[in-house]
Amino acid sequence: MHYYMKKVRISAILLLIFGFAVLSFDYYSQVPGQGFISNFPFKLGLDLSGGSHLVYQADLTNTKTVDGSKDLDGAMESLRGVIESRINAFGVSEPIIQTEKTTIGGVEVRKLVVELPGVTDLQKAIDTIGKTPVLEFKIQKEGTSSDAVLEATRMEQAKLEAAAFVGEGAVTTDVSGAKSDATSSMISMLNSTSTTAKSTSTAVASIDYSKLYSDTGLTGQYLKSASVQFDSSTRQPLVSITFDNTGKEKFADITGKNIGKVLAIFLDGQPISTPVIRDQIKDGSAVISGNFTPTEAKTLARDLRYGALPVPINLIGTQTIGASLGENALKASVDAGLWGFLIISIFLLLWYRLPGLVAIASLLMYTVFMLAIFKLIPVVLTSAGLAAFILSIGMAVDGNILIFERMREELAKGHSLEDGIREGFARAWLSIRDSNLSSIITAVILYFFATSALIKGFALVFLIGVLVSMFTAITISRTFLLALGVKRHVGLAKFLFSNGVKR
Amino acid sequence: MFVVKYRKIFYTLSILLVLFSIFTISKWGLNYGIDFKGGSIIEVEYTGVRPSHDDITSVVKDSGVTSEIVVRPTGEKGYIIRTADLASSTMAVVTTNLVSATVGTSTVGTTTATSTAGATTAGATIKRMDTVGPILGAELQSKSITSIILVILAIVLFITFAFRHVSKPVSSWKYGLAAIVALAHDVLVPTGIYAFLGRSGGFEVDALFVTAILVILGFSVHDTIVVFDRTRENLKLDDHHKEAFDKTVGKSISQTFARSINTSLTTILALIALYIFGADATRNFSLILIIGIVLGTYSSIFLGSPLLVTFWKGQKNK
Repeated sequence: MHYYMKKVRISAILLLIFGFAVLSFDYYSQVPGQGFISNFPFKLGLDLSGGSHLVYQADLTNTKTVDGSKDLDGAMESLRGVIESRINAFGVSEPIIQTEKTTIGGVEVRKLVVELPGVTDLQKAIDTIGKTPVLEFKIQKEGTSSDAVLEATRMEQAKLEAAAFVGEGAVTTDVSGAKSDATSSMISMLNSTSTTAKSTSTAVASIDYSKLYSDTGLTGQYLKSASVQFDSSTRQPLVSITFDNTGKEKFADITGKNIGKVLAIFLDGQPISTPVIRDQIKDGSAVISGNFTPTEAKTLARDLRYGALPVPINLIGTQTIGASLGENALKASVDAGLWGFLIISIFLLLWYRLPGLVAIASLLMYTVFMLAIFKLIPVVLTSAGLAAFILSIGMAVDGNILIFERMREELAKGHSLEDGIREGFARAWLSIRDSNLSSIITAVILYFFATSALIKGFALVFLIGVLVSMFTAITISRTFLLALGVKRHVGLAKFLFSNGVKR
Repeated sequence: MFVVKYRKIFYTLSILLVLFSIFTISKWGLNYGIDFKGGSIIEVEYTGVRPSHDDITSVVKDSGVTSEIVVRPTGEKGYIIRTADLASSTMAVVTTNLVSATVGTSTVGTTTATSTAGATTAGATIKRMDTVGPILGAELQSKSITSIILVILAIVLFITFAFRHVSKPVSSWKYGLAAIVALAHDVLVPTGIYAFLGRSGGFEVDALFVTAILVILGFSVHDTIVVFDRTRENLKLDDHHKEAFDKTVGKSISQTFARSINTSLTTILALIALYIFGADATRNFSLILIIGIVLGTYSSIFLGSPLLVTFWKGQKNK
């Protein structure tokens, strides 16, 4: 018995220490400059931090079949990539860009959801995002040197591999060009014109590509297919492309006139590949060879395919929240949480006395754990999510109350205090499990059918809250109550363990 | 237990509440927000004296909005403006003009400038602007209906499963039926009250309202189950059915009485704090939850379990 008591008390102390550790994690991870744990701040949703939320519907009805299949997921992924690079050029920190598939009235709808924290200039955001992606082939300008053009382009897009356009079947590994004298003068010319642009925003392209390339009239609409192949002798990945009949003629014309020049491929105004033309290619089938990794080749082929087939997007919903509104909502939610906690604590203390105090301690632990979980998962907190958290604080007491009421009954039956506590917990468990199950069902269904981040946030916090509260009610409250080690059910102990109104 | 004895009084009260709700819902219908029917909302707050209601309406109208314009004052210095869903360019014009609108002017300045939410120019702030297109509205409608049906189905299955071993003297599906009657009551009445508030106070049915209803669904069952659970346990203890069923139910209610009230009370305390101190966005949400949870507690004690006794009496008289 004595040994057992010791064990329970050690567990209680360990729990307390653990609680304090989690509490200091909660606290110090909010303070900047604390090293590793500063990587776990609370993540606030747009309704609390301010920003813009845009929902687009992708119109995939005209997405032609390429290579015999209609890969809508691929088309959406490519679209997402394009929009992401546009937003990065816009200079937003931590944007969220995701594609969603949903069915409305039996029709499948593809959505693109964009969240821009801190951005409240809606019109500018819409203008930046809203264009349909365009794929263009552009030839280097008259009178420029291909090396200089390549060098200049690559300064901006360091990831571009040296590449060459060759006819199908031809093998060319020599894609590098010697740097000529013209290169340095070209670069200095570009630098002098673009310094101002570069200093204002590093995210926006600082090179004016129209100085380097001119339009050819060859665009993605003439492209029939693009796929990854491997060179039969070097095993090097290649991207093979095929033009339709009109494209074939245009391409033959361009390649015939411009051997040795760069025919860059632009997606949405940004170069995605800058192959040099090696020969005239008459049959409309070309290979872009270069030092690609298989992934790079795959990405290029994908962008070529879907850039070739523009996916029009329509704006179907927007939401913009000013920073002040978000700030106020956050402050109000925190206030509500603190007041809620305080009022509940007073009630628990007045009604349940000593066990009430234990319930408050376990509620505190519950709160501390929840905050840590929000940081670790991380859960994007919205006003609805915080409402769920406050609601869950009220509900988390439920387990304790069930147990205390049971305990009181067991004591009334004449059980010793310790047996009463044990029996109370054991019997209450089934009720706790069953009654929480319905909340869990609700939360899970809500989560999967939520249409907005607000409701998803609510469902997630609600679900986590119910699960964690089941744990804290059972484990923590029991350990603390037993650790108090009140022996007899008389006098002060009797007063402390009884509750409310005499019945 | 008085609850069982006077159950007809409580039934009457519940029936009256349900009739009231059916009346308000059928007479006034629900006031759907832009989440559901699509549209635009702009909330603007002026730092000085706010322009008059009519000024705001004409500013919005002159900015090129042809649909119906509903302007409601909010707080001391703000307005909430509702229109049909606006193109982003129109929205920009409207917000620019709202920001530059001052007391006594209804004339509109240039219509080319872009607007910025959160920017304070000329003593006004656009606090938020939302636009929901018809597709998103349709999506929310269909998903709301699906999730409500799924939650109800899952809960019915769950009750049937949880009480599958109880068959004497009332069969397990009747527990399910009683729980569902209580559940319907707990959802209908807040909806009816909301229809009433929608009529008198402009409360709108939005995604959060649906969420609140689903939470109430879960809660209602949660409370009812605790009492049923006790009845199940007491029946088990009383192996030889010495005690009449109505006595067992009465005993179960009184044993769980404090618990039912207290757990709901702590939840309601939390929600009251949320209602008073919490964000504007969740105020109506917390109100509807408070109503729903009060009703859920009421129905678990005064409706669900007494119904078991009524069912038992019904089969005895056959």
